[in-house]
Amino acid sequence: MTDDATQTFVQESEELLEQMEDALLAMEEAPDDEEHINSVFRAMHTIKGAAGIFGFDFIVAFTHPVETEMDRVRSHQRPVDTELTALLLECKDHTEQLVQLVADGQQDSVPTELNDQGAWILSRLTQAETDQEPAAPAGQSVPEDHTSLTPATGHTAGEDSACVEPEPAAPRPDDNWLISLDFKADALRNGLDPMSFIRYLQRLGPLVDVFTFAHDLLPAHEMDPESCYLSFRIALFTSASKQEIEAVFEFARDDCEIRILPPRSRQASYLALLDELSEENVSRLGEILVTVGAITAQELSGALKEQEAQIDRATADPSQSIKPLGQILVDRRVISRPVVDKALKKQEAGRDKAGKESQSIRVDANRLGHLINLVGELVISNAAVKLMIDKYDLQDAQEVVAGVENLVEEIRDQALQLRMVQIGETFSRFRRVVRDVSKDLDKEIELVVTGGDAELDKTVVEKINDPLTHLVRNSLDHGIETPQQREAKGKPAKGTLRLNALHDSGHIVIQIADDGAGLDLDRIRAKAEANGLVQPDQVLSRRELSRLIFEPGLSTKDQASNLSGRGVGMDVVRRNIDALRGSIEVDTEKDKGTLVTIQLPLTLAIIEGFMVGVADERYVIPLSMVEECVEMDTQHWQIDGQRHYINLRGDMMPYLRLRDFFEVPPGRGTGHSGRESLVVVRFGRTRAGLVVDELFGELQTVIKPLGQVFGQLKGVSGATVLGNGGIALILDVQGLITLAAERTQSAGSPDVSDCPH
Amino acid sequence: MSLQMRLNQDTCSVTLDDEMTIYTASEIKSQLLDALDSSRELEISLAGVSELDSAGVQIILMLRQEARRQQKELRFIHHSPAVLDVLDILNLVPYLGDPVVMPAQEQHHDG
Repeated sequence: MTDDATQTFVQESEELLEQMEDALLAMEEAPDDEEHINSVFRAMHTIKGAAGIFGFDFIVAFTHPVETEMDRVRSHQRPVDTELTALLLECKDHTEQLVQLVADGQQDSVPTELNDQGAWILSRLTQAETDQEPAAPAGQSVPEDHTSLTPATGHTAGEDSACVEPEPAAPRPDDNWLISLDFKADALRNGLDPMSFIRYLQRLGPLVDVFTFAHDLLPAHEMDPESCYLSFRIALFTSASKQEIEAVFEFARDDCEIRILPPRSRQASYLALLDELSEENVSRLGEILVTVGAITAQELSGALKEQEAQIDRATADPSQSIKPLGQILVDRRVISRPVVDKALKKQEAGRDKAGKESQSIRVDANRLGHLINLVGELVISNAAVKLMIDKYDLQDAQEVVAGVENLVEEIRDQALQLRMVQIGETFSRFRRVVRDVSKDLDKEIELVVTGGDAELDKTVVEKINDPLTHLVRNSLDHGIETPQQREAKGKPAKGTLRLNALHDSGHIVIQIADDGAGLDLDRIRAKAEANGLVQPDQVLSRRELSRLIFEPGLSTKDQASNLSGRGVGMDVVRRNIDALRGSIEVDTEKDKGTLVTIQLPLTLAIIEGFMVGVADERYVIPLSMVEECVEMDTQHWQIDGQRHYINLRGDMMPYLRLRDFFEVPPGRGTGHSGRESLVVVRFGRTRAGLVVDELFGELQTVIKPLGQVFGQLKGVSGATVLGNGGIALILDVQGLITLAAERTQSAGSPDVSDCPH
Repeated sequence: MSLQMRLNQDTCSVTLDDEMTIYTASEIKSQLLDALDSSRELEISLAGVSELDSAGVQIILMLRQEARRQQKELRFIHHSPAVLDVLDILNLVPYLGDPVVMPAQEQHHDG
């Protein structure tokens, strides 16, 4: 057998095992979900089959009984319980070891202890079953109905939804739309007559049933006859679409809670439409549901607003939960659970498919790197052509070159996109870590992952894995307390670890939040003073104190466990992040928890830059960090030339005159205008101003690393080649902000850099 | 708006001769509620109601609820076609449980 084939087997098996683990972990949460059971079965089945083809009989010998067992689970002859999932996890680990043998080329000499281990697992797996009663098929609950007049919505989700046939559209007596209208108090005063909407509704079809009642009707004497208290539940028989029905209430939207639940046959047709939907078009849940007409755009935007509000609350207070969109829609009773579930499955399938396709082409990373280099050269050449055309004022060529420029930009984005991967895969690896560590330490910890579809450069992802593991382990080991400690503090026994990723102005932000003990800042300070990092009389803000954990002196293991335990190798974490041109910050509150925020650039190759000039030199600032440009005008802004800070519309920030910083001899070239400009840059939460002579505008910037010689250079992170062949240095904004803050501080001003804007 | 009230032993008979809409709701509400408060049995004739809108419907619902609370007898009688039409669409006839006679002109009780 060729090595290639073996490699394919190993790779495929590893992917399947990973899916199996995900499914098993999900099964612990939702034991009745057939999708997960199927997924586990599929993994074992496929690995067994492939191993058989390749002649790895020892793998077949182990996976075959597991598959048989899974088949019994699938046909409900064996219930899913924690014991079973734990055993299956062992099976997965064991299979992984067997596959590893193949990967190492040792398939001919299987160690006996491994065989014994397999036999032991299998004996427990098959024995455990004999006492079990066959489980009743998992019946799922009927979606919640609003009132008694809703026989039509009792659509159960028990059956495998893949088999749902579109039901014939023939009218059926109980096949009605259910419309609930809850008018708000001001409806009558705003000139609405609920009656008239119901009359109008009759035009769409017969009102099969109407239930009128008064909600919140006050005691008779307090009731305001001009306020509206009416609610209606209406069963309507019509062939009109949801959008058409919604249009009837167009004018009532502000004064009425409207919920429209489609009839059963509609649900079937939504399900059928979902089936037909091509997986390539599958993107976001809301869009999918609007596409098949299950909800209207109006309902979607309402639900999204609700979710946004939840996200806002959750960012302010990480213990608040964010409901998934599907849940919100079901709660708002605009859609029934089976349709949402189906759409979610479709979305999943679409993602899986997209995932598989990207896996199907394996490209040498070097080739990709070469391509991106070439694209970089193309960007530079294009800039040169543009310069030439401007110089000779070639009107005709301008349009052509603008077109080329657009294409080049697109090629650049696409080329960079090739290296983009979702961070979700990295995140999901931690599920096992969390599960195992919490078992080991006797802690109850839930991992909540959000924003897994945020993308970033593969090279960045690879380098972020270690620091992330470090931070997660820290939270698990030292952040989250044992259930007893937590209950003593009045917190839920179960701790929560959150991993979140989001995009923010050309950066990716990764957050690791726990609701544990938090950092003990007093002890950190004491330790730092003992190490001579901080003088006893030095005044430090909370943020500066928590930043101390990244100092090398505080990070050896012994000292760390003497401290609150955080800080294990935190200086290494910071060094890793620094190497990626990123930043890391810690927010902590005693007994509330700790939030670590990492900011990273999306890519290390090409950025949108903003070019400025100082004397005869050109510099590039990453555009994503530029907030605004203003004239450096003493008349407008209060500028403190001594301590180097500026009061910009009430915002204090330090500034740095690049002319001074790069030690340009006075009198050399002062730019065209002769006036200085202030470029306000932001990194994370800090802002600073950079004073330059001239502004040149946006520029696509190919980052060229500087040689070793310039390794120690402060304030500069790279260089780029300009269209005219000149060189511009790329400014290291993060470094400059820190320098500016330091200079301001050494000149004796308050800690300006610390003001979050 | 015109409202005639007649007291016969414990039964108070009221005849509404106007629209029951948002424009008259305030007045009708207070008068009918007063009538209910001050009698043990209330009979409201709706023969002269030319128009009924949501605000009017609310008053009917409110009175029905209040009568139940006070454990008093309340009857709506002689529903005009306009009233019947609305109550029929909103499916309130069975809820209100009043003797409804179509057409409304047919005498059932002595108005």
